[in-house]
Amino acid sequence: MSIPTATKRSVAHGVFTIERSYASVTPQRVFDAFASIEGKNGWFTAPSDRWDVIERTLDFRVGGRERLSGRWKSGMVTEFDATYFDIVPGERIVYTYEMRVDGRKISVSLATFEFKPSGAGARLVMTEQGAFLDGYDDNGSRQRGSREIVDKLSAYLEG
Amino acid sequence: MPTLAVDLDLTFQALADPTRRGMVERLSRGPATVSELAQPYGMSLPAIVQHLAMLEDSGLVRSEKVGRVRTCRIDPAALSLAEQWFNQRRAEWDRRLDRLGEHLQRFPDGEPQ
Repeated sequence: MSIPTATKRSVAHGVFTIERSYASVTPQRVFDAFASIEGKNGWFTAPSDRWDVIERTLDFRVGGRERLSGRWKSGMVTEFDATYFDIVPGERIVYTYEMRVDGRKISVSLATFEFKPSGAGARLVMTEQGAFLDGYDDNGSRQRGSREIVDKLSAYLEG
Repeated sequence: MPTLAVDLDLTFQALADPTRRGMVERLSRGPATVSELAQPYGMSLPAIVQHLAMLEDSGLVRSEKVGRVRTCRIDPAALSLAEQWFNQRRAEWDRRLDRLGEHLQRFPDGEPQ
């Protein structure tokens, strides 16, 4: 995304849900991929040819923090900073997280992951409820007067 | 109509009806003709055209008539900013959860030691 040079204050609230089925693995196995740095290194990262890790920490317990920051080849630095609020082993994870781009906070979100059995495999339901801050730039076609309703509409359509 | 003059009351009114929300949802996937829009609803064409007129008044939907066919689309200017924002975050998670699937296929029994 492109970040406007002058800060324009705005908040867009949004909700989206993504579901995935993973064949031949248990819900506990999927959960485990969230529960350790070894697991998260396998998927919660950017392609290594485009991105270098600056910091990666994970304290996987209620009240614990997770940080992941990296520098893209373009020079852009992104930071993910999460706090865990609910952990039910094999079943559910709830954390809040903020995202920063080049030091600028672009969103604060609540992320919920539900791990469910599905046939011989597992189903993952991820829901993100977010406040998206100050950040967007839609190449000059924005319609400021309708921002509020457009945000609500998008949230509805995405939901 | 000046682009900044979208009336929020009209917009809320337009979206207060399930048929019109369904039409917006359909149009968010791409342009459609009036008869395509009408197809899921057991309504007369005039009733559909009336719903469409409210959506057009609200500024959410534009339509143009070419020959005998009226084609409707979401006003891209009205939707682009928030759509772009949410779609981007969602796409990030889509990619991550795809990578998670590949990771689980490689290591179905547990994390690599």
